[in-house]
Amino acid sequence: MLLSGYDPVMYSRILTGVTLAFHIIFATIGVGVPLMIALAEWIGIKRGDDHYLLMARRWARGFVITVAVGVVTGTAIGLQLSLLWPTFMRVAGQSIALPLFMETFAFFFEAIFLGIYLYTWERFKKKTTHLLLLIPVVLGSSASACFITIVNAFMNSPAGVTVKDGKIVDISPFGAMLSPAMPTKVSHVLVTAYLTCAFVLAAISAWSLLKGRNHVYYKKALKLTMMSAFVFIIASAVIGDLSGKYLAKYQPEKLAAMEWHFDTSKQAPLVLGGILTDDNEIKYGFKIPFALSILAHGLPNAEVTGLNDIPKDEHPPLYIHYLFDLKMGFVAMMVVIAGAFMLLLYRKRSAAFGNKWMLRGIILAAPLAMMTIEHGWIFSEVGRQPWLLRGIMRTSEGATTSDHVDTMLIVFVLLYVVLGVSAVTVLIRMFRSNRAEDEIAAKGFKGGDEL
Amino acid sequence: MSYEVLGITVLWIFLFGYLIVASIDFGAGFFSYYSAVTGQRHLINNIIERYLSPVWEVTNVFLVFFFVGIVGFFPDTAFYYGTALLVPGSVAIVLLAIRGSYYAFNTYGTNKNNRFYMLLYGASGLLIPASLSTVMTISEGGYIEVDPSGGVTFLYGKLFGSTYSWTVVLLALVSVLYISAMFLSYYADRANDRGAFEVVRKYALAWSGPTILCSLLVFFAIRGHNPVHFDQMKHYAWMFVLSFACFLVAIYFLWTRRRLGVAFVFVMLQFGFAFFGYGAGHMPYVLYPYLTIHDNFTSEPMAIALIAVFILGLLLLIPSLYLLMRLFLFDTKYVQGKRAK
Repeated sequence: MLLSGYDPVMYSRILTGVTLAFHIIFATIGVGVPLMIALAEWIGIKRGDDHYLLMARRWARGFVITVAVGVVTGTAIGLQLSLLWPTFMRVAGQSIALPLFMETFAFFFEAIFLGIYLYTWERFKKKTTHLLLLIPVVLGSSASACFITIVNAFMNSPAGVTVKDGKIVDISPFGAMLSPAMPTKVSHVLVTAYLTCAFVLAAISAWSLLKGRNHVYYKKALKLTMMSAFVFIIASAVIGDLSGKYLAKYQPEKLAAMEWHFDTSKQAPLVLGGILTDDNEIKYGFKIPFALSILAHGLPNAEVTGLNDIPKDEHPPLYIHYLFDLKMGFVAMMVVIAGAFMLLLYRKRSAAFGNKWMLRGIILAAPLAMMTIEHGWIFSEVGRQPWLLRGIMRTSEGATTSDHVDTMLIVFVLLYVVLGVSAVTVLIRMFRSNRAEDEIAAKGFKGGDEL
Repeated sequence: MSYEVLGITVLWIFLFGYLIVASIDFGAGFFSYYSAVTGQRHLINNIIERYLSPVWEVTNVFLVFFFVGIVGFFPDTAFYYGTALLVPGSVAIVLLAIRGSYYAFNTYGTNKNNRFYMLLYGASGLLIPASLSTVMTISEGGYIEVDPSGGVTFLYGKLFGSTYSWTVVLLALVSVLYISAMFLSYYADRANDRGAFEVVRKYALAWSGPTILCSLLVFFAIRGHNPVHFDQMKHYAWMFVLSFACFLVAIYFLWTRRRLGVAFVFVMLQFGFAFFGYGAGHMPYVLYPYLTIHDNFTSEPMAIALIAVFILGLLLLIPSLYLLMRLFLFDTKYVQGKRAK
């Protein structure tokens, strides 16, 4: 035992958290990278530029490694849901089984076509045929993300079910999928996955350029990925704002806890940072007047519900305030980096691909984007506490009562360390031993010099 | 047909699908390692790699489909099996994770034919069926204790001390090797790879006798462990007889080196009859004697929704699976390695 008292609920939460924290990295790559591969291959075919086709091929080669880890950790979390949260899954099976079931079909579809796509580069006479095979992969992976997020949205704002004496009666399977949290959550998850992958791929190109490998291939890759990142970051900002409005309406306790907003009031300010005294006074925080009212309802005069109007035993932990602020800090840095690149691209093109600080910034953006995904997810899950299914089941009621969850925690942590280290080693070796410029020279690929 | 029977039939079909495709995969991993140890790897590795590379991910989905489906159709299974199977389930997850990732690292990475990766891959191929088969064992009852307040306890001592559970493990291992070798014989024959064919044919013949022997052992063990189930299986005796007949046909074709595709179809029929005979005898219990398909079925609207989605899903899947098989299984040029990748 790790601690003196064995608490299966706590260990179940930690183990689920560890599995998801690891899986989410590969899941995000799994959702976003196919779209970027499709973009590259499409441009390559349209312009008759072999560089872009090679880009698609090289990205796909690395992608396969991450997919493998994504698939096995996805299987792990799928089974762990039943193993660690049997009571919850009994209720979820009754109410929200439909999107889970749909997800397996989406995954099936994706898996079949990914297998075909990877082994048919030279198989068809028309190049577009091969690109068409990628469309089911893009659709399947995005649909998977969509269906799983629908399940999570249901946990945050159950819909389509009637609750009687704490039990679910009268279920509408499709109604449960259309919970109020669904639109903002699904779009946020998808767009930020695309954004993160654009930054990750951009960072790889930036790394090569920074090392003085100035082949036009890397510049093309950097331009494609950074322009995509710029578009996606604007989209994420708009959706992020809508998420705030959703929270104010359907999960006011989460919004209030993340902003340390205690008294229900109009013209509520947004607090950045600060510390909380014992009597819930905020010290040293930076207040932006009206900003919380605007985030919550779009109007500076709007009333925002405070934590004092919510029963004490339903308060989420207050440290989510820091998680949220940290996340917004990361977002701000990414906006600056993407914005700076676009500015340079149109004002001083050589600097966009040559300025060392610009390239370092882009390399930094990749881990920032991944950390934002992790922080955003932890923030969202912790902010739902003490509920597992908001208003229906508390987290403590859903967990397993089995022994040995603590031992399993150690086993899985070891597994993820081994898998993570192996995957990274394999990926690094793969691209070190076979550089893009060498491959272009060896295979005689032809591509234009203009960007 | 009532919704619950339809539901369990669909799930059973997918589990059967997993049994076949996963056995091919697991066995191939073992043979790949075994042949490396005995110095015959150069003979059979090409056909194994050519078949497995594009399809390994699909194999995994069959399993995911089954356990997601069973929670949807029979939500109480999540509670009972979930609580009981924490440790064996986690062991299976770890093994599946190691196997899937190291397969990809070995095949797609630069460090090909790494002995250590191959050992992980080959050994996990035998350990996974062993650990997954315990779920079947548990479903017979006697390994779980439910106290009056509804708490579920798994009796490890009983599982490890029971003859029945070990005969099931044995059958699982032997069947995996037999199914896989039979498939690889067919694939090697299509590839026109005589050297590989002779090696895998020997494997298939070697494992055929033990398969039947272990099946008989399981029959005897189940009679001792769960007589109710055994009596019900006797009602479906014809299915087990047909299963044995299919086995004889398959072995006949393999022995005479003819019609290996038909031989493999008969292998599938052999396991199909036995698997469905076993399943039919198991009805109506999902977990003896606590869960039945009637009392623990999901609500009607959910059942209708799941079945509707299932039918739509099949309309999408069947053509896709057909395309996959046409490109990598029935395309002679690909099978013979004459296609550019």
